[in-house]
Amino acid sequence: MNFVVPDFYPAAAEIFVAVMALVIMLATTFARRIARTLGYALTQITLIAAAFITIFTMDGQVSYTFSNMFISDLMGDFLKLMIYFSMAIALLYGRSYLADRNIDKPEYYLLSVLMTLGMMVMVTSNHMLTMYIGLEMMSLALYALVAFDRDSARSTEAGMKYFVLGALASGLLLYGMSMVYGATGTLEFSGVAQAVYNQSANSSVLLFGLVFLVAGICFKLGVVPFHMWVPDVYQGASTAVTLIIATAPKLAAFAMAVRLLIWGLFEIADQWQTMLMFVAVASIILGNLAAIAQSNIKRMLAYSGISHMGFMLLGLLAGVVEGDRHFALNAYSSAMFYAVSYVIMSLASFGMVILLSRAGFEAERIDDFKGLNKRSPWFAAVMMFVMFSMAGIPFFIGFFAKLSVLQAVVAAGYFWLAAVAVVMSVIGAYYYLRIVKIMYFDEPEDTTPIQAPAELRVMLSANGIAIAALGLAPQMLMSLCAYALLASL
Amino acid sequence: MTDIPYLSLAIWVPIIGGLLVLATGSDRNAPMARALALLVAIVGFVVTIPLYTGFDLSTSAMQFVEISPWVPRFNINYHLGVDGISVLFVILNAFITILVVGAGWQVIEEKVAQYMAAFLIMSGLMNGIFSALDGVLFYVFFEASLIPLYLIIGIWGGPNRVYAAIKFFLYTLFGSLLMLIALLYLFMESGGSFSILDWHQLPLGIEPQMLIFFAFLIAFGVKVPMWPVHTWLPDAHVEAPTGGSVVLAAIGLKLGAYGFLRFSLPILPDAAQELAPLVITLSLIAVVYIGFVALVQADMKKLVAYSSIAHMGFVTLGFFMLNPLGIEGALVQMISHGFVSGAMFLCIGVLYDRMHSRQIADYGGVVHSMPKFAAFFMLFSMANAGLPATSGFVGEFMVILAAVQYNFWIAFLAATTLIVGAAYTLWMYKRVIFGAVANKHVAELEDINAREFAILGILALCVLGMGLYPFPFTEVMHASVEELLRHVAVSKL
Repeated sequence: MNFVVPDFYPAAAEIFVAVMALVIMLATTFARRIARTLGYALTQITLIAAAFITIFTMDGQVSYTFSNMFISDLMGDFLKLMIYFSMAIALLYGRSYLADRNIDKPEYYLLSVLMTLGMMVMVTSNHMLTMYIGLEMMSLALYALVAFDRDSARSTEAGMKYFVLGALASGLLLYGMSMVYGATGTLEFSGVAQAVYNQSANSSVLLFGLVFLVAGICFKLGVVPFHMWVPDVYQGASTAVTLIIATAPKLAAFAMAVRLLIWGLFEIADQWQTMLMFVAVASIILGNLAAIAQSNIKRMLAYSGISHMGFMLLGLLAGVVEGDRHFALNAYSSAMFYAVSYVIMSLASFGMVILLSRAGFEAERIDDFKGLNKRSPWFAAVMMFVMFSMAGIPFFIGFFAKLSVLQAVVAAGYFWLAAVAVVMSVIGAYYYLRIVKIMYFDEPEDTTPIQAPAELRVMLSANGIAIAALGLAPQMLMSLCAYALLASL
Repeated sequence: MTDIPYLSLAIWVPIIGGLLVLATGSDRNAPMARALALLVAIVGFVVTIPLYTGFDLSTSAMQFVEISPWVPRFNINYHLGVDGISVLFVILNAFITILVVGAGWQVIEEKVAQYMAAFLIMSGLMNGIFSALDGVLFYVFFEASLIPLYLIIGIWGGPNRVYAAIKFFLYTLFGSLLMLIALLYLFMESGGSFSILDWHQLPLGIEPQMLIFFAFLIAFGVKVPMWPVHTWLPDAHVEAPTGGSVVLAAIGLKLGAYGFLRFSLPILPDAAQELAPLVITLSLIAVVYIGFVALVQADMKKLVAYSSIAHMGFVTLGFFMLNPLGIEGALVQMISHGFVSGAMFLCIGVLYDRMHSRQIADYGGVVHSMPKFAAFFMLFSMANAGLPATSGFVGEFMVILAAVQYNFWIAFLAATTLIVGAAYTLWMYKRVIFGAVANKHVAELEDINAREFAILGILALCVLGMGLYPFPFTEVMHASVEELLRHVAVSKL
């Protein structure tokens, strides 16, 4: 038998993170006394170093390795960088929160690193099995993270719920993959695309499989009708973990959608676009309406996240119009820009919840934001930036995210979709405005000074400024998204 | 012509100045915040003066143009320029900002820096609306200007402020998001341009024109506000602090009307011709019906708010008769209304600061304790009623003349405003100012101080000056209005 040594170079970052995961595990086992600090430091170092490795190995070329199961391209590199970035910030925000509750165990950081690795594998997979392995790696780590605060009944319940539903979704996805394999005879994305293009695939089996693939993707994105877990898990998990769930995995799920649907099944875009259309509209409507009724800010942000992911899908489904692929790049890059913008806003929103929490107190109720302008005008302004940005009001990044997606939808001729999205945005604006109202127009209930470490304050301030600055100058991030996609197509 | 970017200065001096004011922080530094805000407002006004002195009357082209790419990915440009239609509003806006900062000087004692900053930032954003020549840039300023006013109403407003602030925000947001879809459609149709001037030349079929016209009608109609989407305005006015009401009436309402001239008429000439009767009908309803509604108000601010809606009905009426006299009359009316309604709200603010009531029934015989104030209030009330020799007369008279040329019955209905307007304004004046002294609070009222005297005096000069000699205003707009009408007369089909 002929054994070929694969080219490890394109996967250097993944290998590095995998090795570091083992290093962190061993180091924190042997250095018990400083395990917590060490785990945190090593994790941040891992993320930063991985970012450097990704930047240095980035060459703008598309390269394959591990028998074409692994792809290295610019889109993957860009998303990986965003994933490191959001994980690093999420861990930074969460650190004092975890320490206050005595759950900043080294395992927490180990799971975060493993989860990062899972997401990296998802982003760079060129094969359904690789995709699945990455997904499971991410999901298993996340299940454990959600239930990490094991003394809390709610956290355990959320973990259980997430696990059961997540396992079901993985099953659906796997089933869909097997159908696609049955129809096309391959699991490699380009091979699938080729088989569909040659019309050698059994189309009814393929479509059958497609439904399950879309279901799996929808679950991971947390969109209607696979959204049930989102509010419960967001609320049940400790805020530091919610922060993680609400950010980087959205990027990984976006990559999953792009790889499976666009890389693999672009030829039958008409089919999955129709499915996504229902999903997107239902998510935008349900997310925005349900968010109004919430009194818990984490639940409200969960429903708002559902509607945001629906909005992002609008970009994905506007790529092909009656066989015309002219708009594809524009539409997909607008969806990517939306996903990245959402992650930046989401980080800041949960960061604010952490900022207001302290030992023995969870700032989970919306009312906990009452009168924030009196307690801290600057952080009230940061939260206001986030809320207006999420509502899509200029000059904030959320406006340009909405603009680019709507632009793609209008260009594709779906005026009614744009109208629905717009009307629901007005309804959505109500609950964002309510937060601003509570912070600025009401008197504070809780006048305890905000206790948060300097690093959290500084980073959160930077996060808020970034939301405004990117809204003033969105060009760079937008063209990065477009360029990364273009170079990878 | 010099290369100094006056329009950018007009936009960014107040915004950056506002951020500096914000940086003065807590109320311990309130005197500094006030002084700095006044300085910024004055500088912000001074930089707009060259826009008038350097304005070329002979051309209808955009002047003081600045263009540089902003978001090249969507071909969005930072494209500014003013013509005879918009230049006066930039100056008016900067001017009103000074008065508003002055009006909040003593009254606002809490969160002074935030108050002043909100007004300055809003002023800059509104200058951006009037000078933007790029669709997205216009939209961005249009939407962003909601934020400061939302906060102003919500933080410093009256008892029902939360409802009013949210209603105001959502109404406008709904209209403007429909406009966004229309802008994106135009972007697509024009082959990837957001330039408003390109859109003026863009051929469009009648059906898309109609749809876009309705999108714009909702967006700008809410902002004007036109009947039947006017209900947010009385709420917003009643709850807003005096300064907020002044800016809303003097500038905020002009944004929608300006949108009609910049977008609806030149981009959609055929739909505008076709649907002019609809808009004229809505305008007449606003003029007549809302006039009667104003008559029965018990709250002074509400009364002036309804009177604003009626006056703005005159403006949209003037626009859609599509003749030069009508449009120029409407523009004059807009500027005059900026002065007059601003002054009316300031007068009511003066009373409210002393009595903490806006109910007409709580007053009576104010002239005995506040003679100077009564004189000013008299002048502004007369202007609001459209008395000749005040600015209120000029615009109304021009629009009515234009209506006579257009259709006698429209002119007849429009002219009823001269009677109804006089009735509600002067009746309110009579009940508040004249008669026996109503109660001991009124008897103890102090007359206006030097600061209030200065603010009202400046406005009185503007109102009289414009009423006696409106030529400096009309000469600026003349070339642009002629060109606009020539453009509207040419079908795009």
